[in-house]
Amino acid sequence: MKRNRLGWLLLSPTLVLLGLFGIFPFLYVVWLSFHSWNPFAANPDKVFNWADNFRALVFDAGFLASLGVTLAFVFFAVASQVVLGYLLAQAFMRDFPGKSFFRTIHTLPLIMAPIIVGSVWKLMTTPSIGIIPNLLDKWFGYDLNIGASALAAFVITVIMDVWHWTPLVTLSLIAALVSLPSDPFEQAQIDGAGKWQTFWHITLPMIRPALIATVFIRLMDALRTVDEVLMLTGGGPGSATRYIGVHIFKEVFPRTNYGYGSAVSLVVLYLTIVICWLLYVSLIAPRSKRG
Amino acid sequence: MRNRHPWLWVLFWTFLSFLTLFPIYWLFVISMKAPVDLFSTPGLLLDRLNWANYAKVLQSETLRGYMVNSLVISSGNAVLVTLLGFLACYALTRFDLPGKESIFFWTITNRMAPPAVFLLPLFLLLTQVYKIGDFSLADSRLGMILVYCTFNLPFAIWTLRPTLDGIPKELDEAAFVDGASAWRVIWDVIFPLARPGLAVTLILTWVFAWNEYLLAATLTNFNARTITTGLSEYVTTTGTAWGIMAAISVFTLIPALIVFSMVQRHIVAGLTFGAVKG
Repeated sequence: MKRNRLGWLLLSPTLVLLGLFGIFPFLYVVWLSFHSWNPFAANPDKVFNWADNFRALVFDAGFLASLGVTLAFVFFAVASQVVLGYLLAQAFMRDFPGKSFFRTIHTLPLIMAPIIVGSVWKLMTTPSIGIIPNLLDKWFGYDLNIGASALAAFVITVIMDVWHWTPLVTLSLIAALVSLPSDPFEQAQIDGAGKWQTFWHITLPMIRPALIATVFIRLMDALRTVDEVLMLTGGGPGSATRYIGVHIFKEVFPRTNYGYGSAVSLVVLYLTIVICWLLYVSLIAPRSKRG
Repeated sequence: MRNRHPWLWVLFWTFLSFLTLFPIYWLFVISMKAPVDLFSTPGLLLDRLNWANYAKVLQSETLRGYMVNSLVISSGNAVLVTLLGFLACYALTRFDLPGKESIFFWTITNRMAPPAVFLLPLFLLLTQVYKIGDFSLADSRLGMILVYCTFNLPFAIWTLRPTLDGIPKELDEAAFVDGASAWRVIWDVIFPLARPGLAVTLILTWVFAWNEYLLAATLTNFNARTITTGLSEYVTTTGTAWGIMAAISVFTLIPALIVFSMVQRHIVAGLTFGAVKG
């Protein structure tokens, strides 16, 4: 009993800090989201307004557009990373000279601050100084301008995210592939299974837990992408790359309409949870039920 | 796996490494250019080393202040979360606390939530609620050190867990039987054994705090601006000073690179930890 009290004592600073800067802000947002409050408006008081904020949210074109491009961004980025990451992990399973050196280089983007990644890609793609628009123009006569073309800006943000985060997928899948037993593969070879059959019936089911864990991590991180896009495109042109975090930072927060902003934040948090939960239900739950 | 053409793979990986490294190389190229050279056709190679942009960054009192702020905030935060994470993790792995698995899980949810969601409540709480008289946490280094705990403290607890689980419980039991105080057991028995894990945690949390941008951009405006926010300030002003921006980026990147080379193997292990456990 006495020792348990010591346990709580050791734990208390952590609980207090996470309470003050994690739980309490959350409760505060929930409470504020049912009020209208703009300290710089004619009426600077907090006024309880039921669900008006949420009702307004459903018809907020900017918010809905931002949700749409966020989902498109997350889908294309994570899907490309998983496919590329798997292929690269398989490539790392072979023996060749300098393997660990190449793996180190491949890991490098992971430690870069997102804001620096944004800055690097801005220097690569800004028409006047960037090497990419320059070469595209010289070789193909293609005019890449992420400040003017919505599609180009979107594609470049996806490429940037792929460059930044594919190594994470590769590393996780290397770890999974290394730990696989070799018997099933030898058996499959004896039975004359093709490459595709081996992948579909043996490799995929065996690396599935690692794969799902990786997709989860990437999905959550991609949903919260802000810094690098803010730096690269600032959410533009128009609202083409104004992903949900960028939307909150650039559109919702500066308007000082804090009640409404709270409702937006809360809904974003809710949607993040729902998306992860849907993925969980569709990928993990049916499998564990089966056996 | 056996490989019939190892050199083809070396060629393949050399090409990929080029793709990986080129954006970083380009950052150095731009940082070495004088403003007049920037708008001629971009060349792939540097004609000469020009350190003027770096000198300008170092001479700017504002940017030097930002760098000091970044150093103080990330170091203070890393030490704080490693220490508190160590104590919390010790409590959670050694004591039979009710609901300790839920507490473990709850700490990590703090890291999972998108930071953009917390911009508004943290801004309001820091500027209006968390203050005593004239003392306010808003736009202060202490405030940022505490705010960064929301993502770094859960990380510290989770990376320290395998380390503390790996230290046999019999060790502290024996020390307690010998009549040692809890204080002595933690500092003289457990702490030395956990040092490798603590070092990795300290270094990684330091990098996370050093790299953070969004919260710093929202919660500071003058006194506690960090170097990452300085970077964005150079873009939003009309007509970006590209060379300066690249030089600041290099300054921000270098500490992380040094740290990376120090704990490279552990980072790889740490990053794949979740997947391996899954």
